[in-house]
Amino acid sequence: MNRLSTYFYLRPKLILLLLLGPPMIYMFVVYLGSLFALLVYSFYRLDEFTGLVIREFTIATYAQLLLPANLDIYSRTAGMALAVTIADALIAFPLAYYIAKFASPRLKTWLYIAVTIPLWSSYLVRVYAWKLILAKEGIISWFFHFLHIDFVLEWLLSLPAIGGSSLSFSPIGMFITFCYIWLPYMIVPIQTALERVPKSLIEASGDLGANASQTFRKVVLPLAFPGVVAGSIFTFSLTLGDFIVPQALGNSRYFIGQAIYSHQGTSGNLPLAAAMTMGPIVIMMIYLLIARKLGAFDAL
Amino acid sequence: MSDVTAVEFKNVSRVFFVRHRDQSGEVRAVDDVSMEISDGEFFSLLGPSGSGKTTCLRMIAGFDRPTSGSIRLYGKDVSNLPPYERDVNTVFQDYALFPHMSIGENIAYGLMIRKVPRAERDKRVDEMLDLVRLPGFAARKPSQLSGGQRQRVALARALVNHPKVLLLDEPLGALDLKLRQQMQVELKSIQKRVGITFIFVTHDQEEALTMSDRMAVFNQGRVEQIGAPSEIYEKPASSFVAGFVGTSNLLGGEAARRITGSNQTFSIRPEKIHLGPQNGQASPGQVFADGVVRDVVYLGLYTRYLVEVENGVDLVVVEQNLRTTSMDVLKARGRKVRLFWEKEHMSQVGG
Amino acid sequence: MPSRSYGEKASLGLTLGAVGTLLFLHVPMWLIFLYSFTTDEAAFTFPLPGLTTRWFGEALQRADLWSALTLSLQVALVATFAALILGTLAAAAVYRSDFFGKEAVSLLLVLPIALPGIVTGIALRSAIGALDIPFSYWTIVIGHATFCVVVVYNNVLARFRRMQGSQIEASMDLGANPLQTFRYVVLPNIATALLAGGMLAFALSFDEVIVTTFTAGQQSTLPIWIFSQLTRPRDRPVTNVVATFVILITFLPIFFAQKLSAESADTEGTK
Repeated sequence: MNRLSTYFYLRPKLILLLLLGPPMIYMFVVYLGSLFALLVYSFYRLDEFTGLVIREFTIATYAQLLLPANLDIYSRTAGMALAVTIADALIAFPLAYYIAKFASPRLKTWLYIAVTIPLWSSYLVRVYAWKLILAKEGIISWFFHFLHIDFVLEWLLSLPAIGGSSLSFSPIGMFITFCYIWLPYMIVPIQTALERVPKSLIEASGDLGANASQTFRKVVLPLAFPGVVAGSIFTFSLTLGDFIVPQALGNSRYFIGQAIYSHQGTSGNLPLAAAMTMGPIVIMMIYLLIARKLGAFDAL
Repeated sequence: MSDVTAVEFKNVSRVFFVRHRDQSGEVRAVDDVSMEISDGEFFSLLGPSGSGKTTCLRMIAGFDRPTSGSIRLYGKDVSNLPPYERDVNTVFQDYALFPHMSIGENIAYGLMIRKVPRAERDKRVDEMLDLVRLPGFAARKPSQLSGGQRQRVALARALVNHPKVLLLDEPLGALDLKLRQQMQVELKSIQKRVGITFIFVTHDQEEALTMSDRMAVFNQGRVEQIGAPSEIYEKPASSFVAGFVGTSNLLGGEAARRITGSNQTFSIRPEKIHLGPQNGQASPGQVFADGVVRDVVYLGLYTRYLVEVENGVDLVVVEQNLRTTSMDVLKARGRKVRLFWEKEHMSQVGG
Repeated sequence: MPSRSYGEKASLGLTLGAVGTLLFLHVPMWLIFLYSFTTDEAAFTFPLPGLTTRWFGEALQRADLWSALTLSLQVALVATFAALILGTLAAAAVYRSDFFGKEAVSLLLVLPIALPGIVTGIALRSAIGALDIPFSYWTIVIGHATFCVVVVYNNVLARFRRMQGSQIEASMDLGANPLQTFRYVVLPNIATALLAGGMLAFALSFDEVIVTTFTAGQQSTLPIWIFSQLTRPRDRPVTNVVATFVILITFLPIFFAQKLSAESADTEGTK
């Protein structure tokens, strides 16, 4: 045993290879290999008549992405992702600010746990919870009825682009659910960024004659901004690729994830599904590049 | 101390390849070092940070290996032996106590690895705790101890294995001045009692001077001088040693030629220079130089004078305040004086 | 410790905002508990028309639920085990040595959770299609392991970085070979990080649905069962019970994992 240990001890490069080998081989073969397969598939096409995948290089599948229906899907999804991101930033800020700057160390620990439990908890069940809450006969409708303001809800649902038969089958419902499930991903980075704003900076601003709201706008907000950008990476990316929420609460107007899901599933058009996936990948790459410029990675 | 050589460095070099964001290159952390450390000696490796002393220690321990040259422990080449096969133990700068073990378990760690029976282990742990004056601490956790106490535990944990050589990596660096001085005395007495070779790394010249039997002065990966503290202090072999160990005046160039009649550079300690009246006479074997007192700093026990002996050449002179008061000495500013010192107190430090 | 401003009071508006966000985060989750006792069979009527516990008994009788649960547990356990080994190895490599491409390793490990889940899902689906691999238990496990590794990796690497590096040297200096050093010094130091990372990986795998949809074929894990109920509700009351159960079974590991991480960060802070 000792001899063997010594053999390895004297060869640190070999140890490094042994340590790094298994995880890297796994990630390279399984993950990068799969991404490569994805890329390859996006250049295949489906034979419309036989329903079989033709394994020959073509960009015909990519050309399909430019059909108005598909462009609609992209813009609809990106619009939702943007709306969710902005809303989450607004909802997340007060709690993140409170945890970072006002909570005692003990309370801080508990609040942090309170934020991260939903982050790790069953995403699916949390979507399901909103299906219950938003249902026609559910708690939200009951609440509006209780206050005798049913007409507000009816008016909302009658709006053309965002309404629907009930909250649980409408873009509004999806929006609320998306905001809810990705919220913790926004709180944590903002809190981390605010945590790094030294108290002395806030005091200095007050000292120089700024009132509370000026200090907030001129000092706290700019310093928290990288955190907001970091959080937005998650909220944006997760909304972009999700198909559970549109599937559960949406209507026939597809989102990217949903389209990918149904192309690979029911219609067996894996090439089109693969090509469509390149959309979110490219959007996220661009997003990450911008986020990096804005200093978001330091806040992660 | 005996004539047996405990540790021998033969032309040891350690080259690191440093990769940086935009530049890479080789750094010779240890550069062709040769030295012999005798059995039972208290030997210090002294030098500023980055001088290679810690790398040398790490190579003795086995955490690092020489790029070239060889290291022998009691005659056996250990250059390529891992740390766990060397009969040396280390006291780390940050103590490196295992936080998940009690003090007793920490000290017994080496014995447990060697499968020493439990009863024997407990006995030796108690002996060690007595030696470092922490009896009854076995059940505590490292986090419950003060810095000084952790230091003693680290010492006990290393000594319990009866190593042939004990390596100490700036062990007193993290302690405050008072505790440090107390630990210096204690370490020295423990070394005498256990009688093993101590190799002690420090950047504190005073610490090295007080504790060592012999010491090696490191600079930029090289050994500048090896010798007993008195030898290093009184006969520094280079201007670096003269400057690093204690304070020293360096006399070279035109000034040296005029005063000593030699082209060599000399070092002379401030306390060896005597401040005399302008018309004082040098006795045989003495050298003198005329100058003007530029600055006087009264320090209670002694006074430090800065005397300009030539344009731009200042000598520091230290005189004990045996009969003078602050009033007297401060009046010396601007006065023309004559400096005297014994020729034998000058040491040549090269060109 | 960085300066903190506790002691100073937050404005009323801020406090209300914080409390509001906190309620928004938690109330919906716990509402499901309430619904698992409803007597309403066909809808989600609120207020509940009546209370009953019969759906718990009914859920226990369902063979499809039991097989989905068994599959989910098996997948989560094996994926967690694989993630523990691969994640710890990667963390150890990145911690102990400086090598070319170190950042690339971290990036590669984070990618499966940084990119939308559907990308990982469809990529695996493409690989399965390209190689004509039959869907099986193992295709699910392999998919889950890709995104569980990073959870363990992050936890263990963070712990390694907080660990005093000289401890490993001290152990070898005292005669322990690398294996003994791992057993007596490294393992106890990273034990809680392994536990926390493992529990989070388990929770992540146990209710993963997006990647699973693409790698499971006809098999049904518990989340896939719930998803089918979400789109085509047939057993609403039983689904309520299952949802409650899933929250409970994932809540405990998550809670303890977060608590462990928070505590180890705390003790570090007091040193």
